[in-house]
Amino acid sequence: MSKKNSEYLIKGDKDKWEVVIGLEVHAQVISNSKLFSGSSTKFGANPNTQVSLVDSAFPGMLPVINKYCVEQAVKTGLGLNAKINLHSVFDRKNYFYADLPQGYQISQYKNPIVGEGKVVLDLPNGSKTIGIERLHLEQDAGKSIHDIDPNNTYVDLNRSGIALMEIVSKPDLRSLDEVNAYVKKLRSIMRYLETCDGNMQEGSLRADVNVSVRKLGEKKLGTRCEIKNVNSIKFMQMAIDYEAKRQVGLLEDGKSIDQETRLFDTKKNETRSMRSKEDAHDYRYFPDPDLLPLKIDQKLIDDIKKKLPELPDQKKDRFIKEYALTPYEANVLVSEKEISDYYEEVAKFSDKKLAATWIMGDLFALLNNKDLSIAESPVSAKNLGKLIKSIKSGEISGRIAKEVFEYMTQSGEDPKKIIESKGLKQQSDPKELEKIIKEILKKNQKNVEKYKSGKEKIFGFFVGEVMKISKGKANPQLVNEILKKLLKG
Amino acid sequence: MTDITKKSLAQIVKAIKGKEISSTEVTAAFIKNIEKSKKLNAFITTCSDEAMKNAKEFDKNQKLDSLLPGVPIAVKDLFCTKSIKTTAGSKMLENFIPTYESTITKNLWSEGAFLLGKLNCDEYAMGSSNETSFYGNVINPIADQTVPGGSSGGSASALVADLTPATIGTDTGGSIRQPASFTGTVGLKPTYGLCSRWGIVAFASSLDQAGPMTKTVEDCALMLEAMATFDKKDSTSIKKKKENYFKNLKDDIKGIKIGIPKEYRVDNMPKEIEILWENGKKILKDAGAKIVDISLNHTKYALPAYYIVAPAEASSNLARYDGIKYGHRSSKGSNLIEMYENTRSEGFGDEVKRRILIGTYVLSSGYYDAYYLKAQKVRKLIKEDFDESFKNVDAILTPSTPSSAFKIGEKKDDPISMYLNDIFTVPANLAGIPAISIPSGKDKKDFPLGLQLIGKPLDEQKLLNIALAIEKRSGFKQSLKRWWEN
Repeated sequence: MSKKNSEYLIKGDKDKWEVVIGLEVHAQVISNSKLFSGSSTKFGANPNTQVSLVDSAFPGMLPVINKYCVEQAVKTGLGLNAKINLHSVFDRKNYFYADLPQGYQISQYKNPIVGEGKVVLDLPNGSKTIGIERLHLEQDAGKSIHDIDPNNTYVDLNRSGIALMEIVSKPDLRSLDEVNAYVKKLRSIMRYLETCDGNMQEGSLRADVNVSVRKLGEKKLGTRCEIKNVNSIKFMQMAIDYEAKRQVGLLEDGKSIDQETRLFDTKKNETRSMRSKEDAHDYRYFPDPDLLPLKIDQKLIDDIKKKLPELPDQKKDRFIKEYALTPYEANVLVSEKEISDYYEEVAKFSDKKLAATWIMGDLFALLNNKDLSIAESPVSAKNLGKLIKSIKSGEISGRIAKEVFEYMTQSGEDPKKIIESKGLKQQSDPKELEKIIKEILKKNQKNVEKYKSGKEKIFGFFVGEVMKISKGKANPQLVNEILKKLLKG
Repeated sequence: MTDITKKSLAQIVKAIKGKEISSTEVTAAFIKNIEKSKKLNAFITTCSDEAMKNAKEFDKNQKLDSLLPGVPIAVKDLFCTKSIKTTAGSKMLENFIPTYESTITKNLWSEGAFLLGKLNCDEYAMGSSNETSFYGNVINPIADQTVPGGSSGGSASALVADLTPATIGTDTGGSIRQPASFTGTVGLKPTYGLCSRWGIVAFASSLDQAGPMTKTVEDCALMLEAMATFDKKDSTSIKKKKENYFKNLKDDIKGIKIGIPKEYRVDNMPKEIEILWENGKKILKDAGAKIVDISLNHTKYALPAYYIVAPAEASSNLARYDGIKYGHRSSKGSNLIEMYENTRSEGFGDEVKRRILIGTYVLSSGYYDAYYLKAQKVRKLIKEDFDESFKNVDAILTPSTPSSAFKIGEKKDDPISMYLNDIFTVPANLAGIPAISIPSGKDKKDFPLGLQLIGKPLDEQKLLNIALAIEKRSGFKQSLKRWWEN
């Protein structure tokens, strides 16, 4: 890969510093019920209405693994090209907090369900592979709400016990762009697989960010700090940038970095120490005796593998091969499953290449402007396909097509109807056009002379006149041909 | 009819089925005994009114085709009972009323029984003398100021004092078998996973197992049959066909091989225990069994391993008692941490605190490998010892306890000597295999002594059959004068 991809260096007063980043992404598993109880996982319900006796840790309550969540983790592991462990263990991570009813979180420590894997990032100047260390299943905690009452904290246990996948990357990321590409790629893969909806506003995807710096060229990793619970890509980037500069500042001052856990303050745009290594929790991990080790059948993995949908990387290759798209076009179009579906629907009816150009150009501009997702697009894939077909067949010109598209965004109507009712059909009858052009040449004899005397630039003037008279509907290609023929004669 | 409360459970069931007596009469008789036996402090909660109501209901609409028709049963206060206070012997749960019913008690009720009351026990089942209960000591009916054993001390005391026809306890390291031995009753710890743990206040999840406590082996079979079901709510529950322990009970043990482990001959074992054990061997031999000397090499490591694993799990299991959701909450403290500290300081007793401290310590980073991990390795070796032995023998005979019941206060301030009570019982918990204590003799104080039979996983039927053979031949007789009654 090109070196330029990762060109994100912190320039200190003395040296250039490389930033080393690793992410622990917490992805909420798509599942109707929680990891160890039958409670609903629906977002936004009234506080403490989706809480079972297990979720609230009543005496004598026992966890029972939700098989669907296990399958979702396996599916995600396969999507990350990772090793699925046939034997894994649930451990208890012990700590006290008001929104942790059991006094421990059930997680996986030494033996996770998914082992090493990889994710390929497409960056402007090439691709880069990011290693996945592991993926494990764990319970989410509840939520402590501090701002309802000045003297009391309220606890909402709706989220308590919801299944999370913690996806730990190797420290392979080197820049803010790579972090952006990595999170987006993970999100995209999980959305393709339907294992996580990736909704960052609702907290379905959040990350702990590990940051360290080292002098450019240095091999040894620096001391890292972990920034906890960052919930948007933008904040991750801001936090990393702040943290990397802070570390460089310290090191160049001859100080050292304390390994610690930090918080990112989104209002002040800075990271703050939460607890030092000495104060780090001793989680006293041990295998949860309420749960037997998780054994997975190879057959289950094979079955899931067979039913795996086409993933972004595979789809990208296919788009390049089947539709002759550029890697860049293919990459953009497969980034969201919905976009790729939309593209294929458009392309089904029309020119593959033109479909890509239109979606990435006019359609994205429209969606961006109106802040809409592709699912909410006022222009349906079918109609966009028809529009492109009309261009390709010469029924309308590209310029007119933009006009038609504008109407389509307002009415959502079939482009054929719009072309018909607005009389926008291209004038493609050579005889008709010849008549108009002869008339124009007759009226502009002086310019004809100029052209013939070698001033060929004036050709554009004649085209403009034709368009003026035909109200833009004249077939430009025909106009060119006829004009050239008549001017010669 | 003679005093129904002196009858065995099986006899009571037979009498009710034969319509010789009504459930109301049976229930009233037990309630009368309970009222006269307050001195024993066996009950934390009595449910006399509800029990009488249930009895009358039963008599109105008799359904006799079940295992326990119309039988009132008191249970250890570690089983969560719907709408009935469940304390686990702790101040922490002084006012805790579950909205749910444990699987085991639900099983009993679906066989026709109903709740008579909740029985005293050591706090969170941590103790061997019932002296750690927040609700006070329980007296062993065999002699005043004598402990009934623990942690199911209230269950054993109530049973032998005829306050309940049968009962259930839980056994994490001997909590059913040791009190059974101390009171001259039968107590069975089933194979781990045979009886559901759902709805039982947890002590040490990988060791806890509910089991029957009864006056006779036959009753024990009957109760176990009612209790044991597969429960999908307990991930460690064993999926297997239901067995008819009661119907299949027989004392024909000809040709059965009984192992005698030399490692159970501990230092300073009282002569009486020695004689009891010898006598047990003789009885079994006379009944046609073959006696084989065996070795369980790692036995001496069982007790220390147990006192690492059990507190480790307990320290985590008891983290949920934090004052946030239910149970005791201290009114003192100005922030979350102080609230936790005060709540748990006030809510837990000394023994529970001691075990939480031990458990937290052995799981701490830097100590985990030396303690917890090593204890787990020992546990595996102990299991392998048993597996190896069971290739040659059908069951293993040992004493249940190293002594008979002791005086209240005698060992209270010496945790080590208290823990030594469990020396013969913990190996079965560590290995997850069934073990039963059968009253088999008495010492010179006329206190009961029990023999323990340890069996293969899920071999409860054979264990019960051998126990029945001992019961029939041991000549053990309960001879209680009801001195405690007011």
